[in-house]
Amino acid sequence: MIAFAIGLSIFLLLVILFLLFRIGTLASIFRGSSERAAGTTKTSNRVNSTLMLLFLILGGAAFIWSFSASWDDMNQPIASVHGEWTDSLFWTTMIIIGIVFVITQVLLFFYAYRYQHRDDKRAYYYPHNNKLEIVWTMIPAIVMALLVFGGWKTWTKITSASPENAEVIEVMGKQFNWMIRYPGADGKLGVAKYTLIDAVNEFGIDFSDKNSMDDFTALELHVPKGKPVLFKIRARDVIHSVFMPQFRLKMDAVPGMPTKFWFVPTKTTEEMRTETGNPDFIYELACTEVCGRGHFAMRMVVVVDEPEDYEKWKAEQKPFVEQNPDLLAKFSDGAKKQLALEKRAEGKAEEVKTAL
Amino acid sequence: MASTDLSINTDVHHAHEEHEEHHHQNFFEKYIFSQDHKVIAKQFLFMGIMWAFIGGFLSILFRMQLGWPEATYTFLEPILGGWVTNGKIDPEFYLAMVTMHGTIMIFFVLTAGLSGTFANFLIPLQIGARDMASGFMNMLSFWIFFLASIIMLSSLFIETGPAAGGWTVYPPLSALPQAIKGSGTGMTLWLISMALFIVSQLLAGINYITTVINLRTRGMSMTKLPLTIWALLLTAILGVLSFPVLFSAALLLIFDRSFGTSFFLSDIYIAGEALAHSGGTPILFQHLFWFLGHPEVYIVILPAFGIVSEVIATNSRKPIFGYRAMIGSLLGISVLSFVVWAHHMFVTGMNPFLGSVFMFLTLIIAVPSAVKVFNWLATLWRGNIRFTTAMLFAVGFVSLFISGGLTGIILGNSALDIQLHDTYFVVAHFHLVMGAAAFFGMFTGVYHWFPKMFGRMMDEKLGAVHFWMTFIAVYLVFMPMHYIGIAGFPRRYYAWTGFESFNTFTDLNTFISLAAIIGFSAQFIFLFNFIYSILRGRRATENPWHSNTLEWTTPVLPGHGNWPGPLPTVYRWPYDYSKPGAPEDYIPQTVPFSQTQSSNMPQERDLE
Repeated sequence: MIAFAIGLSIFLLLVILFLLFRIGTLASIFRGSSERAAGTTKTSNRVNSTLMLLFLILGGAAFIWSFSASWDDMNQPIASVHGEWTDSLFWTTMIIIGIVFVITQVLLFFYAYRYQHRDDKRAYYYPHNNKLEIVWTMIPAIVMALLVFGGWKTWTKITSASPENAEVIEVMGKQFNWMIRYPGADGKLGVAKYTLIDAVNEFGIDFSDKNSMDDFTALELHVPKGKPVLFKIRARDVIHSVFMPQFRLKMDAVPGMPTKFWFVPTKTTEEMRTETGNPDFIYELACTEVCGRGHFAMRMVVVVDEPEDYEKWKAEQKPFVEQNPDLLAKFSDGAKKQLALEKRAEGKAEEVKTAL
Repeated sequence: MASTDLSINTDVHHAHEEHEEHHHQNFFEKYIFSQDHKVIAKQFLFMGIMWAFIGGFLSILFRMQLGWPEATYTFLEPILGGWVTNGKIDPEFYLAMVTMHGTIMIFFVLTAGLSGTFANFLIPLQIGARDMASGFMNMLSFWIFFLASIIMLSSLFIETGPAAGGWTVYPPLSALPQAIKGSGTGMTLWLISMALFIVSQLLAGINYITTVINLRTRGMSMTKLPLTIWALLLTAILGVLSFPVLFSAALLLIFDRSFGTSFFLSDIYIAGEALAHSGGTPILFQHLFWFLGHPEVYIVILPAFGIVSEVIATNSRKPIFGYRAMIGSLLGISVLSFVVWAHHMFVTGMNPFLGSVFMFLTLIIAVPSAVKVFNWLATLWRGNIRFTTAMLFAVGFVSLFISGGLTGIILGNSALDIQLHDTYFVVAHFHLVMGAAAFFGMFTGVYHWFPKMFGRMMDEKLGAVHFWMTFIAVYLVFMPMHYIGIAGFPRRYYAWTGFESFNTFTDLNTFISLAAIIGFSAQFIFLFNFIYSILRGRRATENPWHSNTLEWTTPVLPGHGNWPGPLPTVYRWPYDYSKPGAPEDYIPQTVPFSQTQSSNMPQERDLE
């Protein structure tokens, strides 16, 4: 019944709109405005050009208001050294393009209003002016050169080689969560192979490698404040992307092609809680490359500790092997199986060759 | 000179053919398998409009999810069936809708619908040719596109759903059905459809280029071409050079999916097993994809540049300012569009040095783009502007192009792209600069050339209502998206509520969705105006906008062959509006200088 009523009222509304449209058409024929060349009728020109000016003024006001109202929400707090650089570069660029934005939009809508059609007027025949063209080619070129220079300097600093003493942490993306591995006391991550992955050994760590003996995993990503941290990033199924918004950090996790990103955290979680006045504040790691059904839920909590707390936390963690002792035993004959598997694959390759 | 001879010869030939064919052309030859460029243009236009409504509807569906993430959508069950469970839209189907929205809008609407319509309609009419160089290839191009459309459309209805890995179809996600359901049959159909689509684009593009180079009428030198033709020519060249690269990427992806090769796959463990693929790299696909993908955004926007330049000059009653600078900037943009593709890949782990190079090249594009904007503004300055609906949309286009283009300067900067890559800032940027702007270019073209297409006028009042609703809605949708993007909200998220960092802006997202629904509804005004005017619109005159270009010298409804008598001869450039000393404020290209002695410039005296 309700559906019928809604349907009926929509239908009636459409009928009314259609009638209004017909009346409008007939009225314009009666007034003779349809005899004039399109776009030269007084009212429609005046209405449209005034609307252009109104759009500029009201739209500009709405933009300024909404921008300032959203200011606090749109600025994620900054928690890394390079974040300060990119943010200042971002807002500098925003000011430059903002100036161009205002000038061009104002001219566009103002000209549209100012030079609306009048019967007694003739447009000014002005086909070209090479001097003007050169001026407004050179100005953007110079501005662009400055922006490229600023961007290039910042980019090179961010992507430069990580310091020797950086804390190495492996971040691996999989459908649909992040996994992290710390190198343990020796500071070296053990070798990992995707062929070794199983339900327990989700990283595919090769436990015949000595370096892997003290590697440990964690459910929260802890990093020390004020020390360089190097993420070694990989993915084991599809492409993911490591994104930590407060750290201005993003790098794709690509299967078969390890990537990296290093940064220096500047504020502990606690400090950020007092700074933002939000006692529940937490840093987060999100995925920004579409990876399937659970893309929007690939979340990991990031904790920035004071360096001493970080060391304490690290010391508390148990190596992965210790937590899964049967893995090691399984591993020694697992390595043999692996060898057999590889042999079989070679055999297959041979077959293909002969078939060809 | 060879070109003129050729066109004269084809003239005679055509006139003869036309006479014979007149009696034999049945309904199918005339309207379905037509080789007439005007009919093919309309076919592309109708298909484009149909696709635009489908693509727009998909965006409304996923905007509803984003605007009201807590709501239940049981009322959508009749259309979405199993994709809605307990009133919740399936997250994989959400991704499928996002993917299909992108694919449909970029390829089927703004590539085929926009250049398909206007290149076909305008090239022969504005250069003074009877038809395309090859009418048959032209027809083939449409029908292959039609086939591609049917395949793409059918993928929406299969059980595992259409492709769902984003319109960029990055492998491994798009290569492995284990990773997402849409990468099964849906992705196969996507690849087949796109392969056919590319064939259609190549057939069309080669035809456009040949026609513009060879079939220009007497006197129509390259420097007398309207800017629309320059833009459409360069669009076709970009397409012919870049689409084959996408074809190769699609082909290699087909091999990886179906024949066990490893071009893009390596070291993958998924669904409980390690795959045998080894040695490939997913980044290779991204390079191949964006080598098309970036020129593609210019394929979308260049025709709009041309259309808007033409309409702004006509309705400001002024010559386009800096005609040669406009051509130069078109050329500059076209060349540069081939060397900037990796700015989509700054954070893929690509060598940082390459990142610097691509940042440099990308930001250079801002220069010719800025020149274009300044020239449009200079064209409006001291004009006598007629606000036809086409002109409203042209002004709207310039505004949107500025708003969206400027943020490109930020995203092209690799250091800034670290934070903004794959966030709503990118979504806002490209929707303004190539989505909405190209749509505005398309509307400009439809409203402007409708009288020549259908012999009737569209209703100007409805047009103005359509414009203002659309224009305001576009800004209300995409301006706030910048704020959300600066806050780092990632793209292609089914919901942000799971993150502490992204739990703000819920009201703003609802607002955006509402604005999107209003904007989409406004398109039905256009649809009504379009269909009603085809059937019952006011009859048009030959040259309703008092325009200079050649198409307006044809009869109200040009027949097969376009001009009943001999082809027109061109004496002047297309922008002699409001020339001092001329009685009217426009002088068509076909008027010789000998007839306009009162208005000739000193350098034109020799041509009298």
